[in-house]
Amino acid sequence: MESGNILVTSTETLFNWARLSSLWQMSFGLACCAIEMFAASASHYDMMRFGVIPRPSPRQSDIIIVSGTVTLKMATRIKMLYEQMADPKYVISMGNCSNCGGPYWEHGYHVLKGVDRIIPVDVYIPGCPPRPEALLEGLMKLQEKVREQSFAKNEYA
Amino acid sequence: MPEILERRTIKHSTLATTTHVHAPEEVERGRLRTEEMVLNMGPQHPSTHGVLRLEVVLDGEIVVDVIPHIGYLHRCFEKHAEALTYPQIIPYVDRMDYISAMSGEHGYVTAVERMMNVEVPEKVEYIRVLFAELQRIASHLIAIGTYGLDAGAFTPFLYCLRDRESILEMFEKTCGARFLYNYMWVGGLSHDLHPDVLGMCRAFVKVNRETHTEVNNLLTFNHIFVERTANIGILDPLVAVNCGASGPMLRGCGVKWDIRKNDPYSIYDRFDFDVAVGSNDLGTLGDAFNRHWVRMLEWEQSLNIIEQILEQYPRNDMTDVQSAIPRRLKAPAGEIYSRTETPRGELGYYIVSRGDVKPWRVKVRSPAFSNLSILPLISRGYLIADLVVILGSIDIVLGEVDR
Repeated sequence: MESGNILVTSTETLFNWARLSSLWQMSFGLACCAIEMFAASASHYDMMRFGVIPRPSPRQSDIIIVSGTVTLKMATRIKMLYEQMADPKYVISMGNCSNCGGPYWEHGYHVLKGVDRIIPVDVYIPGCPPRPEALLEGLMKLQEKVREQSFAKNEYA
Repeated sequence: MPEILERRTIKHSTLATTTHVHAPEEVERGRLRTEEMVLNMGPQHPSTHGVLRLEVVLDGEIVVDVIPHIGYLHRCFEKHAEALTYPQIIPYVDRMDYISAMSGEHGYVTAVERMMNVEVPEKVEYIRVLFAELQRIASHLIAIGTYGLDAGAFTPFLYCLRDRESILEMFEKTCGARFLYNYMWVGGLSHDLHPDVLGMCRAFVKVNRETHTEVNNLLTFNHIFVERTANIGILDPLVAVNCGASGPMLRGCGVKWDIRKNDPYSIYDRFDFDVAVGSNDLGTLGDAFNRHWVRMLEWEQSLNIIEQILEQYPRNDMTDVQSAIPRRLKAPAGEIYSRTETPRGELGYYIVSRGDVKPWRVKVRSPAFSNLSILPLISRGYLIADLVVILGSIDIVLGEVDR
C-alpha cells in the first residue's frame, strides 16, 4: 500500500474486496474451451465458490471469458457484447485460439489471431483447451489484479 | 419398456391439440389480424447450445418459421485436411466434434485404415471400443444434463457432470489429455491402456448404473419435464429418413437404425446390445421426449457393452499398441466413404487420395448438421418457449455443424 493514496486507502480496500469476491461472469461459450468452462462451474471444480456466477446478460456481468476460437464473423459480436457490459469490466482470454489463433494460426483464413486485437485482455490462459484448474488459476490472477486497483491512479474505469 | 415406466403413468394435459394452437391462416380467418414479428435468437443467448443464430418469425407466441444461421464457428477443417498429412489431421478431428472427440477419432482412423488396408491388433480394437463407448456415455451425460438446464432443471446437470469427470479421469490416466486426446492413431494408439483403468472402469460402471436410475427419477419421469417435452417437436419417420437424420434423432421416431448393428465396424459384432428406439408410452413417437429417452436407453446399452469388454479384454496380450502403425503413411490413390456411429449419429468421412502423404480432399458428413436442418420442419406451430426444448433435444455441437 506504499504507493496508495492515504485518504482513500480503506475505501479502496473495501471496494476491491467487494469486486473481486463477486466477479459475475457472462455465460458466453464459443467452442471447445466452453465445455471446460462448463466443467469448471459444475460439481467437480465448482467455480461458484470464487463468487463467479454465470449471468445471461452482459449488463449484469463483470467478466467475459472468451472461451474458444474467435472467427471473424463472431468478432463483431464479441466487441458489441463487451461494449454493452457496465464498468468496471474484465476480460479473460481462455485457450490458445483466443490468445493468438492457436491451431488455426496457419491455415485459418477466417480466425481472428487473438481476441486482444479487438478488446483489451486482462489475463491470458494458455492451453488447448486449458484444464479447469488453469481457468481457476487465471481467475485468481485476475482477483489479485483487482485487489491492487486504486482510485488515485485512475484505474477505476 | 422397463417396468419403471409402467408403474408411473402420467397424464398429459399438453396434448398436441393444445400446443398446436393456431396455424397463422386460422388466426386470419378468425377476424384477428396479427402482424408477424422477427426475433433474433443468439449467438450469445445462453440456451442456444453454442454460437448458433436463429432467426425466428413469430405470430404472437407461435413460431411461424425458424431460419438457422450457422458459420460462427467455421474452422475450415477441410482446408486443414488438404494442407496436412494423415496423422496431423487427427487433432483437428478432435476439435470438430469436441464433446465426443474419441468417437470422431475412431471414425477417422477407421476410414484411413480401410483405405490403406491396415490390420489392427485385437487388443487395440478392444481399447478403442471401450473408449468410444465411454465417450458416448460422457457425451450423452452432457446432452442430458444441458437438456435439463434448458427445461429448467439444474440438479441433474450437476449429477451428470460429476460422473463425466470420472470418465475423463480414465482418459487422462491413459493418454494424458482430459478433453481433446489425439489418442487413436492410424493403425494403433498413442499409449497403452493404463493398468489402473480396467479397475476404475469396473467401479465406474457400478456407480454409473445408480446415476442412471437417479437421473431417470430426477429428470426423465419428472412431471414438469414430461409436460415440457412430450408431444413437442414431433418428427415423422419418413421426413427424418428423407432429411438424412441419424442417431437419437432418427431412433427417437422409431426407426431402428444403428451403424454399429447395421454396418458393423471395428469389433462391434462381438457384443450383444439392443438398438434403443422411441415409443408411444410417454409422449408421442418422434417427439422431444423420445429423443431424450433414446439417449437414456443408449447410455444403459453402452454400459452393457463396457461390461462385456471388461470380461473379454485380453489381459495377457502384451502386443505393443504401436506395432501396426505404418512408418510411412501414404494412402493408395482412390477414394473411400466410411461411416461410424457417434453419439450424435452417422459420422462419415469421404476421403480422396492421389497417393500422396496428404489427402487430396476430405469431406465430412456431419450428423449434427443434418439433424439441425430439420429444426424448421419440427418447430413450426409450437410456442416460442418450446423452441428451446426442441433445439436442445437435437443435441447439436456447433464445431461439427460449421466444421
